[in-house]
Amino acid sequence: MSDQLLRVRDLRKTFRVPGSKTGLTALDGITLDVGRGETLGLVGESGCGKSTLARTLMMLERPDSGSVTFDGIDPFSLRGKDLLKFRRRVQMVFQDPYASLNSRMSAGDLISEPWRTHKTLYANRSGRETRVRELLDLVGLGAKAADKYPQEFSGGQRQRIGIARALALNPDVVICDEPVSALDLSVQAQVLNLLNDLQKELGIAYVFISHDLSVVRHVADRVAVMYLGRIIESGPTEAVFQSPSHPYTAALMSAAPKLDAAHRGERILLTGEVPSPLNPPSGCRFRTRCWKATDICAAERPPLAVDPHSSTHGAECHHPLVGEPALSASA
Amino acid sequence: MTAVAEHSSADVVDADPALQVEGLTVDIRTISGTVRAVNEVTFEARRGETLALLGESGCGKSMTATALVGLLEPVAEVTAGSAKLTGRDGVADLLSVDRKARRRLAGTELAIVFQDALTALNPLYTVGTQLAEPFQIHHGMKSKDAKAKAVELMARVGIPQPETRLNSYPHQFSGGMRQRLLIAMAVALNPRVLIADEPTTALDVTVQAQIMELLRSLRSEYDMAVVLITHDLALVAEEADRVAVMYAGNIVETGLVSEVFANPRHPYTKGLLDSVPVNAVRGEELKSIGGAPPDLHSIPQGCAYQARCPLAQDVCRTTRPTLNPVGSRHQSACHFPQEVVNV
Repeated sequence: MSDQLLRVRDLRKTFRVPGSKTGLTALDGITLDVGRGETLGLVGESGCGKSTLARTLMMLERPDSGSVTFDGIDPFSLRGKDLLKFRRRVQMVFQDPYASLNSRMSAGDLISEPWRTHKTLYANRSGRETRVRELLDLVGLGAKAADKYPQEFSGGQRQRIGIARALALNPDVVICDEPVSALDLSVQAQVLNLLNDLQKELGIAYVFISHDLSVVRHVADRVAVMYLGRIIESGPTEAVFQSPSHPYTAALMSAAPKLDAAHRGERILLTGEVPSPLNPPSGCRFRTRCWKATDICAAERPPLAVDPHSSTHGAECHHPLVGEPALSASA
Repeated sequence: MTAVAEHSSADVVDADPALQVEGLTVDIRTISGTVRAVNEVTFEARRGETLALLGESGCGKSMTATALVGLLEPVAEVTAGSAKLTGRDGVADLLSVDRKARRRLAGTELAIVFQDALTALNPLYTVGTQLAEPFQIHHGMKSKDAKAKAVELMARVGIPQPETRLNSYPHQFSGGMRQRLLIAMAVALNPRVLIADEPTTALDVTVQAQIMELLRSLRSEYDMAVVLITHDLALVAEEADRVAVMYAGNIVETGLVSEVFANPRHPYTKGLLDSVPVNAVRGEELKSIGGAPPDLHSIPQGCAYQARCPLAQDVCRTTRPTLNPVGSRHQSACHFPQEVVNV
C-alpha cells in the first residue's frame, strides 16, 4: 500500500433518467486508493454502483465531478497518443466468458487483437506470435490453444482466454468484474488460483468486484463495501471480516450461507430491499433497513467513523458496531 | 430480525415419502446423436423435509425437475423410470400420467418455483390475475373470491400493501418481490411437493436470506416436501435435510447433509467441498478439481468422474459404480469410498 497507483477522490456520477428531476446517482462521492500489486475487493448488492465505478475507472464513463489519478496522471485530461498509451495500463476481465469472447475469432486472434490498436507493442508478427504463446502458457492453456475457437473451450478455459487478453497489454491494474461468478465451483477455484499466481508473478493490482464474500475474502488485501453509490465501509480484509463496523456489512456477511453451520451465529435478517437509487433515503442511506437507526440517521449523513483498533478501517455510520464480532452481531 | 429456526433432520427423514423417483432416465436428441442427460436417478422426498439436488451446470439437476413437472422440451424424452407422488387421492406416477391428470395435479399436489421470476410470470397480466388463476381453475372460484385469496397469499409471502399491489404488473416488482410472487403462486393450492429450481440464484444475498426464510416457514406450515435444486453447497448446508449430489447425469452420493458434508464418500463431493473458499486466508492456494465435467456426448465407459479423479484405477475405467451404502442413510457410487478421506 505504500506505493499508491490509483487514487480516486469524491467521484460522482449521475445518470439522467426520463421523468426524474434528480436523476439516478450511481456514484455519490467515492474515495478509494489502490496500491501497486494490491487487490482491492469491491463488494455490494446489485444496483449499488460497483459496475459504474469499474466503467469509470476504465474511462468508459466520464464522472460528473471528483478525480481519478493514476500514477499522478488524470486520465480524463489526456488526448491522442498519451491517452492511447494510458489505456494500456488499465484492463478488464468481464463476468460472462460466453458473451465477452467473439466466437468467430480464434484464441490467438482474441489475445492479439489489442495489439492492432496498440501498434507499437510487439510490432512484428513473430514477436506477436511468441507473446501469444507465452500468454497462453501463463494462463495454463498451453500454446496449442491459439488456433482453437471459444466454443471449443469450457467456461473456465474461456475465462482464462479473457484473462490472457487483459494481460496482453501488460497492464498495471486489471479490473475484474465478477470474474468467477459465471463459473462452476470446481472451476472457480482454478481461476482464483490463477489470478493469485499472476499477481505474485507480474505484480499487477486488481480491483476485484464480486458479490461473493468468501471469494473476496480469499483474494483481497483490502475491502470496500458499497451501498447505494457510496463506500460505507472499507479496511484491511481481515479487519472488515472479523469485526465489521457498519451494520450493513455485518448483515451482508450474516446473510451469506455458510458451509460450516458451527460458524453461523444468530442470523441478521434484513427487512426490505435496497431502496431505489432514484429516490434514496435522506441522511444515512441504509437507515431504512437498519435495526440500529435512530432520528439522527434520517437527519444527517454519517461521518466516517474510524475503528479504534485499526486506523485504516472505517465506516460511515452513526452507530458503528464497535468490538461486536460479526457472528454475534444481532438486534 | 429472526433467528434461524432449529430444524431437526432426524425427525423428518422418517416421515412419509411424498415423492419417490426411481430410475429416472432422460435422453436428449441432438444433431450429433442422442445424449443421456439424466441416468437412472433415484431419490425420495418426504413431507416436511428439504431434499437438495446439488450439482454443477449440465449435471442434469434441472432436467430432472423439468421431467417431473412434465415441461421437458420436445427434444428431450423420459426413456425409463417412475416418479410416484402420494397425493390426497392416492398415488400417481408423474412420468406416465395423461395431460388431464397432470393438469389436475399441477398446483394441487406438485408445484415448481423457477429461477428467473421475470420470465416465469406473464408480463401482460396483473399479478392479481395470475395469482387468482389457480383458485379459479382448480376450485372454481369466482373472480372476486379468487382475488381475495390472492391478497391473502401476497400478504402471507410478505408483499407490502397487497390490496393495491394486486393491480400491478410483474415488471413493477423488484427481483425479490417477484420471487415471492412465484412462491405464492406455487403454494397457493397447498401442494404436497414443491420443487424449487435455483430459487435464489438471481438474487442478492440479503434477499436470498429472506426468500429462504420464507420457503422454510411455508414448508412447515403446509408440511410440504421441498426439492431444492442448487449449485450452492453452503445453501444446501443451511437449508436441506438430505442431499443428492449429481455429476454428469448420475447421483454419485446421497445421504443426510450433516453426514455427507462431514464425511464425503465420493471424491467429487470431497472436491466440491474443498473448492469452497471457507475462511480462506488471502493468497493461499485453493484446492480445486482439475479438468472439467465430461461432454455428455462422450461420457466414458465406467465411472463418469474417472478423468478428474485422483483415486481412479482400472476398475473405474471399465465398470460404472452404483450407489452402495457407506454408512447409515448414506450412499456413494464410488469403487473406493473408504479412500476418499485421503484425496
